[in-house]
Amino acid sequence: MNTHLNSFRTQPDDRGHFGQFGGRYVAETLMPLVLDLEREYRKAQADPAFQAEFDDLLEHYVGRPSPLYFAPRITEELGGAQVWFKRDELNHTGAHKINNCIGQILLAMRMGKTRIIAETGAGQHGVATATVCARFGLPCVIYMGAEDVARQSPNVFRMKLLGAEVIPVTSGGATLKDAMNEGLRDWVANVHDTFYIIGTAAGPHPYPEMVRNFQSVIGKEARAQMLSRTGRLPDLLVACIGGGSNALGLFHPFLDDPSVKMLGVEAAGHGLDGDQHAASLLGGSPGVLHGNRTYLLQDEDGQITEGHSISAGLDYPGIGPEHAWLKESGRVDYTAVTDDEALEGFQLLCRTEGIIPALEPSHAIAAVAKVAPTMPKDSIVLMNLCGRGDKDIFTVAEKLGVEL
Amino acid sequence: MSRFQSAFAQSRPALVCFITAGDGDTAANLDALVEAGADVIELGMPFTDPMADGPAIQSANLRSLGAGTTTADVLRYATDFRARHPQVPLVLMGYANPMVRRGPEWFADAAAAAGIDGVICVDIPPEEDDALGPALRAKGIAPIRLATPTTDAARLPQVLAGSEGFLYYVSVAGITGKQQAVQASIEGAVARLKQSTDLPIAVGFGVRTPEQAAAIAKVADGVVVGSALVEICGEYGAAAPAKLKELTAALAQAVHSARQEQVA
Repeated sequence: MNTHLNSFRTQPDDRGHFGQFGGRYVAETLMPLVLDLEREYRKAQADPAFQAEFDDLLEHYVGRPSPLYFAPRITEELGGAQVWFKRDELNHTGAHKINNCIGQILLAMRMGKTRIIAETGAGQHGVATATVCARFGLPCVIYMGAEDVARQSPNVFRMKLLGAEVIPVTSGGATLKDAMNEGLRDWVANVHDTFYIIGTAAGPHPYPEMVRNFQSVIGKEARAQMLSRTGRLPDLLVACIGGGSNALGLFHPFLDDPSVKMLGVEAAGHGLDGDQHAASLLGGSPGVLHGNRTYLLQDEDGQITEGHSISAGLDYPGIGPEHAWLKESGRVDYTAVTDDEALEGFQLLCRTEGIIPALEPSHAIAAVAKVAPTMPKDSIVLMNLCGRGDKDIFTVAEKLGVEL
Repeated sequence: MSRFQSAFAQSRPALVCFITAGDGDTAANLDALVEAGADVIELGMPFTDPMADGPAIQSANLRSLGAGTTTADVLRYATDFRARHPQVPLVLMGYANPMVRRGPEWFADAAAAAGIDGVICVDIPPEEDDALGPALRAKGIAPIRLATPTTDAARLPQVLAGSEGFLYYVSVAGITGKQQAVQASIEGAVARLKQSTDLPIAVGFGVRTPEQAAAIAKVADGVVVGSALVEICGEYGAAAPAKLKELTAALAQAVHSARQEQVA
């Protein structure tokens, strides 16, 4: 029998497992809901009307397709491969997060749910969730670590303007993972009417698959755009990874194109040799948290440790289970860049292309700056520019020693 | 006869008491529970991210970890407890990650060596039983499952298959220590569960007072009290044993005599 893997695009299995990763590690109270969600998602997937409404909103509300942009000056400066960007920072709300929120709120309404909850770290997913709730007139509760509420006050105000209730979470370390714990606690107590919009390709099955599929619009567009513009596929895809939804969105439609290499970029914070980083794949080990088995930052007893990154959006001690599987299968390479390197990537893009990137994709830019010079000039690197940097200018100013 | 069979086979309902390991003087707290009449002990394994727990048990987890409690410490508390109390069933309760960190076989071996009778893992549902269940059963440790108000008739057989020791009925859809279930809903649920299983049924979540415990004990085989005891550990620290004894004695009296009153 041929056990060779014929496709990298058929995961997860029917139990939500990506190899040994993924699954449905939730309390019994939530289990029937998670099963119901999967059933309803399968029905929606098979319903052309659902897909049509999703596509229509992405086009007319989000502003898709996002441009595929050849970046001439950064290409010239790096002196190697052609550098191209998928411009998901031009989406409504300024990041890729909205693609997933549109999909999930349509599913929530289809299921008759009348109340939306979400967790947020930097606030981008919170803003995107609050946005779709305002658009469809559903009440919205956002859980956000009290530390993050203090650090990200502009996004807190945005969410409130959009009508969301922002609840600061003071339990645990008062950051993203604690906000997710509180989201799960809310959900378990309000199972009858509440839909939990998880912001990344993690959590219990079917979330990792569902979020990946909603975000795959990025890679589908990019693949068609690249073929139409250049008549060929890119040689290397690059994307930053916190939970990993923007990277999966770009990578997944290319997984069965053997000529296309892929590089996921984790946050190395102050460096992988210490504990001040957020690189779950490169600096963590497999474990179970927030409904799935995946790579985690943890101690020898399985206690979860706090991640660190200059980017609040990458500052999570886990990663989507499909990335854990793609790493072990060898299909995708993973690397990590430090806070300082990301800051240089941020400035490089501002200076060469007139684009202020978010600190999350600034990590990917730093990786491109390392790898593009080693590649031939006729090769193509395609990076997902998944968010714009307006939200980060205060952090960057502080790091650069500039007083605003 | 297993310790569970002995504890639940009596003509009276059983009182099941939960505290978090490493939160205060664990040995003294456990002794207080047993001396005051607890029939089964659930010892909580602390975890950084107790997402099914309310504020009381969350705080207990953080106090314990803040005091430096390790998995080795938890197992030592269990081993020492077993030496002092050879007959009292001891259950470890917690979350998957600390349990599977060194592999399920390692955990099952260590738990068996410590004299643990059963394990409740909050975030391993029947669908993920492979992650821990087979290793526990191989060592004669009961995987104790939870049934909840959202576990419908179609799903219940799956929950019961592979359940051992007793069935823990979570009486409210929510987190520990918050709301209290309506007595009528508990009675209906226990009656339904009894039709499907011979396992003893213990009811918990939101049970705080002897009056509530007595009402539940009229229909269930056991009553679980956790947050109310954990709050005492948090409030009184080193002085907790005396206070634990007070509440546990009142609960035990109420639970043990619940059906006598019914007869009389």
